[in-house]
Amino acid sequence: MATDTRPKTDIRPITEYANANLESRVPSGPIEQRWDKHRFDMKLVNPANKRKYTIIVVGTGLAGGSAAATLAELGYNVLAFCYQDSPRRAHSIAAQGGINAAKNYQNDGDSIFRLFYDTVKGGDFRSRESNVYRLAQVSVNIIDQCVAQGVPFAREYGGMLANRSFGGAQVSRTFYARGQTGQQLLLGAYQALERQIAAGKVKMFPRTEMLDLIVINGRARGIVTRNMVTGKIESHVADAVVLGTGGYGNVFYLSTNAKGCNTTAIWRAYRRGAFFGNPCFTQIHPTCIPVTGDHQSKLTLMSESLRNDGRIWVPRTPGDKRPPSHIPESERDYYLEERYPSFGNLVPRDVASRSTKQVCDEGRGVGPGGLGVYLDFSDAIKRLGVNIIRERYGNLFDMYERITDENPYKEPMRIYPAIHYTMGGLWVDYNLMSTIPGLFVIGEANFSDHGANRLGASALMQGLADGYFILPYTIGDYLAQTKLDKVGTDHPVCQEVEAEVTEQIKRLLSIDGKRTVDSFHKELGKIMWDKCGMSRNAEGLTYALQRIPEIRAEFWENVRVLGENEEFNQSLEKAGRVADFMELAELMCIDALHRSESCGGHFREESQTPEGEALRDDENFSYVAAWQFNGLGNKPILNKEPLEFEYVHPSQRSYK
Amino acid sequence: MNLTLRVWRQKSSRDRGRFVTYKTKDVSPDMSFLEMLDSVNEELILKGEDPIAFDHDCREGICGMCGLMINGVAHGPEQTTTCQLHMRSFKYVDTIVIEPWRSKAFPVIKDLVVDRSAFDRIIQAGGYISVSTGGVPDANAILVPKQNADMAMDGAACIGCGACVAACPNGSAMLFTAAKLGHLNLLPQGQPERYDRTIHMVERMDEEGFGGCTNIGECSAVCPKEISLDFIARMNGDLIKASFITGNGSTSSSDG
Repeated sequence: MATDTRPKTDIRPITEYANANLESRVPSGPIEQRWDKHRFDMKLVNPANKRKYTIIVVGTGLAGGSAAATLAELGYNVLAFCYQDSPRRAHSIAAQGGINAAKNYQNDGDSIFRLFYDTVKGGDFRSRESNVYRLAQVSVNIIDQCVAQGVPFAREYGGMLANRSFGGAQVSRTFYARGQTGQQLLLGAYQALERQIAAGKVKMFPRTEMLDLIVINGRARGIVTRNMVTGKIESHVADAVVLGTGGYGNVFYLSTNAKGCNTTAIWRAYRRGAFFGNPCFTQIHPTCIPVTGDHQSKLTLMSESLRNDGRIWVPRTPGDKRPPSHIPESERDYYLEERYPSFGNLVPRDVASRSTKQVCDEGRGVGPGGLGVYLDFSDAIKRLGVNIIRERYGNLFDMYERITDENPYKEPMRIYPAIHYTMGGLWVDYNLMSTIPGLFVIGEANFSDHGANRLGASALMQGLADGYFILPYTIGDYLAQTKLDKVGTDHPVCQEVEAEVTEQIKRLLSIDGKRTVDSFHKELGKIMWDKCGMSRNAEGLTYALQRIPEIRAEFWENVRVLGENEEFNQSLEKAGRVADFMELAELMCIDALHRSESCGGHFREESQTPEGEALRDDENFSYVAAWQFNGLGNKPILNKEPLEFEYVHPSQRSYK
Repeated sequence: MNLTLRVWRQKSSRDRGRFVTYKTKDVSPDMSFLEMLDSVNEELILKGEDPIAFDHDCREGICGMCGLMINGVAHGPEQTTTCQLHMRSFKYVDTIVIEPWRSKAFPVIKDLVVDRSAFDRIIQAGGYISVSTGGVPDANAILVPKQNADMAMDGAACIGCGACVAACPNGSAMLFTAAKLGHLNLLPQGQPERYDRTIHMVERMDEEGFGGCTNIGECSAVCPKEISLDFIARMNGDLIKASFITGNGSTSSSDG
């Protein structure tokens, strides 16, 4: 780390206001009464006083968009920011499958407790029980709210809402709008937000990127942004700051995230004193379209519903290059069906992904580079007929054909796992507040509800729960009991942070080296994927921890960013984001190395059962690892929030 | 594949802009159109030339951020988004002309990037159901006939990319506006504000400088989500009814 040449700036220390002993502020009492009790105990802001407060919301996806709209409806003044040209484009829009809610409309035995139980177990016992229970409770309100907004969920002929079972769940609790559930929920939140913009309660700043956090007297009081059209750097101040800026999967360069998704907002907050929870918990989705070459810029996910009818296999013999139709049944290895007879092709995402990696590592992968496995529909077509398959998956088959130029009705699809979601994020307490008072973090950007593995159709649920139904209450409690001095954008701290941001931009533009930003990002991504991806071991992580600072040092000496700040400059935008990914990557590897157990999406090769399954170590690792920034070049400080399981008792997951 | 690109370059909204020719070599047919532009940009940066600015984000055809005029067709030769277009569609072509969306209501920001905020302002004029968070009935208390829900979803599928405006000789935003009106006006939840919504959104559309509709149908022909012209007919029906019901005749030039 000594090789780092990034300009060292003074980072203000965490003050006495900080939540340094990681108080989760979970209320006491029976779990089903905790949120109600907490809502009553929280202080309220008088309706007439709400208009005296200003709240900054960064990010306008499901979490940020729904929070900004709801806060404005309550009467607060909201400043909302997004890097896209419109809040309607946030990456929540790409979620296909659906949103879970414990409505029990299908009378199949679902309940709030069952959704809570499934989520805690699915997260492999690394989430906070009280938060998950609350999530399951408000899930039912989300569906009511979205229907009232006009979200066109799928319906039965009688006009009632339709449900489906998703991701191996044993009840049908998933609500959906064709394969575009994320889009429709986001448009609902977006329209609610536009209504508040029209009412003058939200001031919207599109094409504006947050580049740093302003902390005054130990409290989050504002942000410094860059206008992506004019390059103007400016401060915005408020009484509280909310980050709903999504996940950091793009640290791997290739992921299913949108190209613009980045870690800058949460990383800057981390550098200013917010703790980072479980950074190594990332989710790999098993059914993505494989990489075709070096030109590849992103990976495309295919809905996991394909595993309901498709059979996954590879040739038994390594290096078998025959076309799939020439490989007889006896020489095919349906490895998921063989290893997991009771769940077969429907094992959870992490298990399916790891098995795929194993067979490819054995040289049995198919397609260019051997990084792919077959997902074969020929049996399903024989059994059900091509029309039923077309009805069920037609749009996905079309998408696959458009991208690969191969017809999945005639030859098997090829799939490979890809980075899809990050369960880690900024540490927050029960009120969704980080360790910096006044800084709230919602949606994928926080670490909270999914533990070490997220279940399908739960990301949309969490984003909207945080934004519509949790944050609007808890932020009021903070404002009501906090006395805040008036600050303006002329405050010396604002000037100081603006100067630091400007300095970094100047530096990026002046290096004029020989390599492009993308070439560094690809190099970083490859190391992360190889050493901190689907499976991890101490040797690989140690190697990554040595290489990452070297790449980072080269970046700061040899990157080429053309043009100037005072213009629309996409290379400059990317450079700033990649600089932050380079630092985050190191923290992820430190976290992955320290957690020598396997759990959920985090598979440490040293910790597995004799059958090769993930082996948890509850005695030593039943905690949230919350990392504290300790100056650049110094090892971050590990803080632990112990996890207690009163209602769902930890057990080894088994899908045999 | 070896291709000649003629790309619109314009430094800022104040600059006049011009076409610049680039030669590309070794383009793989498996590349997406945007990946081809990525590779051109990598070369330009290494040569010290300003890379081509273009909007994009999800690269899976849903966010609506990307959009280029390719050989005179919005989103190019396949009816999909630019990010889902692949270079194998250009096997028999040797020159590709790439322009930004051209419309009075979409001013150019830089090169191929335009300002589509007029769309957001149309939504602000009424593209929502006025319901605040909380205090809503149980979701199944509002029954929606499946047929209406499906049709509403057809309209709601719009991704707001702006191809309809770019393809229309009049630069009309009728398909965009009608798709949102169709979505909301078909649902029981959307009834209370149906006619006011229609009038206000259409008025705003005109104020933003979009042209009127003359039933040419280019919009629907390039729409990546295949939104039907029927939505425009439906909108015009509501507009006529609205002028009676609200007594507030539209000042629209939208004479579809």
